Amino acid sequence: MAFDNAYEALADAHDDARWAFGTGFDNPLSGVDTTVPSGVDGEDLAQYCLMLGDDALVLSHRLQQWCTRAPELEDEVAIANIGLDLLGQARLLLARTGRADGSGRGEDHYAYFRGEHEFRNVRLAEREHADFAQLVATVLVLTTWRLAVFQRLQASADPVLAAIAQKGVNELTYHRDYAAQWVVRLGDGTETSHARTVAAFDEVWPLVAELFEPHDVERRLDGVAVDPAEVRAEFDDVLAQVLSAATLETPVVPAKAGVAGGKGRNGRHTEQMGYLLAELQSVARAYPEATW
Amino acid sequence: MTGEWPLYEVFVRGKRGLNHVHVGSLRAADDDMALHHARDLYTRRNEGVSIWVVKAADIAASSPDEKDPFFAPSADKVYRHPTFYEIPENVPHM
Amino acid sequence: MTVTEPAPSESDLEQHFEHTIAKDQRIEPRDWLPEAYRKTMIRQIAQHAHSEIIGMQPEGNWITRAPSLRRKAILLAKVQDEAGHGLYLYSAAETLGGDRGDLTEKLISGRQKYSSIFNYPTLSFADVGVIGWLVDGAAICNQVPLCRSSYGPYARAMIRICKEESFHQRQGYELLMAMMNGTRKQREAVQDSVNRFWWPSLMMFGPSDDDSPNTAQSMAWKIKRHTNDELRQRFVDMTVPQAETLGVTLPDPDLAWNADRGHHDFGAIDWDELKQVISGGGPCNTERVERRRAAHEDGAWVREAAAAHARKQQQRKEAAA
Repeated sequence: MAFDNAYEALADAHDDARWAFGTGFDNPLSGVDTTVPSGVDGEDLAQYCLMLGDDALVLSHRLQQWCTRAPELEDEVAIANIGLDLLGQARLLLARTGRADGSGRGEDHYAYFRGEHEFRNVRLAEREHADFAQLVATVLVLTTWRLAVFQRLQASADPVLAAIAQKGVNELTYHRDYAAQWVVRLGDGTETSHARTVAAFDEVWPLVAELFEPHDVERRLDGVAVDPAEVRAEFDDVLAQVLSAATLETPVVPAKAGVAGGKGRNGRHTEQMGYLLAELQSVARAYPEATW
Repeated sequence: MTGEWPLYEVFVRGKRGLNHVHVGSLRAADDDMALHHARDLYTRRNEGVSIWVVKAADIAASSPDEKDPFFAPSADKVYRHPTFYEIPENVPHM
Repeated sequence: MTVTEPAPSESDLEQHFEHTIAKDQRIEPRDWLPEAYRKTMIRQIAQHAHSEIIGMQPEGNWITRAPSLRRKAILLAKVQDEAGHGLYLYSAAETLGGDRGDLTEKLISGRQKYSSIFNYPTLSFADVGVIGWLVDGAAICNQVPLCRSSYGPYARAMIRICKEESFHQRQGYELLMAMMNGTRKQREAVQDSVNRFWWPSLMMFGPSDDDSPNTAQSMAWKIKRHTNDELRQRFVDMTVPQAETLGVTLPDPDLAWNADRGHHDFGAIDWDELKQVISGGGPCNTERVERRRAAHEDGAWVREAAAAHARKQQQRKEAAA
């Protein structure tokens, strides 16, 4: 195709740094040595990339749904930024999956042609946001957790994962900062905003424990994956700081049970997930032979 | 109680060795928010860029030519438009 | 203490203003300017800003359903750009005393307009490409001359915006190329989309010159540089060869090259439709304004909370000092 790389072909100048985040349009791993390191199980690595990739893809989808609905135009830009960054992370990770499992399939196969039970994201990522307080509470929790994981992942035995994590750390720091500032403003702001923020964390918190439960794949990938249980203390510390500045208490609510022993990481999702995928996948599946 | 956020002016230094340059304005509730949004909006998150934000109301501005009567007096605000200032109600034709 | 000079008279000021424009110099925020210029400028900039913000909706409609992750990233980045453009423009309007909150109120109460094109629905993913190609293309024709607007802050905002718009246009065209090289269903979707958007794109340039009473004053003030019909003709001439390369048919049997004029002739525009859309009867007017109103109103408690927090912080700082 004439314009294989949209930016190369279309941009007048190549110094346009603003396009540098999250929108690398071609196969994001082209040129990177994607050989699976020796001693690492490719299938496990692929599953792990799906877990981290699906978290980002699915949360990004929820942020995309905020488009044209943000409380102020500046936040419209900020939310889209976070959505773009996460989409960029998802693309890298899903592309990595296709190399690690030996199938050579591209990112779009994993995004558009898997069923609900094949998605590996944690359930909190797929949760709908009823209001802006739920949005910032969700983003604060998920990015704080993901940032802690990615910081450790920079030392992964898989150099590709390490590189993806390195890029992601800067982005996630920024996302966490945005969400934390808003949680403080809303918690401290007015009676209404305080009440809504308390309610938002009560909604979010039952899905927090799931973030720190290691999956068998993570256990097996010693040195490659990060054991999420390791980051709990750091997570608690950050959340305690933010919640205290926001005049909020850590919610005391029971964790949400799984289904038949499985949770998000096992492909056991909430009822909202099917609708999310119906939206995400509808056009791609209506034109299965098409190229875009 | 009002939810209107104050106007901030944004100044950006594109790289070391250059001065900060005025690039535009935005609305923000506080300085942190103004900085965050300025970075998103005017630098597209380029981290190598230095940003200043200042409430438009806090800027004192002089005219292009101090002696020229065609311009408002010095130490004026950034904008000339009357609604930008608090005008006593008994001043006619404002 | 400065010695106060005698105040210049209104006619002196006006003369100075006219002189600045005649010299092709920019009017800047603190200059004296006639009230009519200020009002016209605020209205022009506000309508443009509103168009960027409302224009996010028809394309934003497809972000969550974009059929590849690459297209999704491009589209999300583009719609984000539009929010940015809206902000640059509101920022320019603020330099004239056009308060953003006030302008938003005028938009959601229907007292200020936005571009009529955004009152048409996006019915397939091909519309994303066609909007990039035709709608952004028409917008560029309109906007490039505005980079030389006599009002400095607006001209500077336009330079930034035009740079990004041309990127959007080419990326829309690139999507259409990919679709035209794809399956039969994809090609049909593109043609259907062109059929729906061609005439509304021509209407984006506004009424014909005979029916455009404010053009003369706007040209004199150099806030408008070409007439509606001149820009429309330029757009048609630019677009016809692009359509040929793409392999789509523009839905106008009268469209033909006129060697004498050195331009393409084209069929009559349905001005009644434009009037209907502008006066609120377009397919999506209600939905577009309603969405913007809902976002603004649903966000009120958030904006209030941030303002309240800022006040409390200020009080704490003062109490500690």
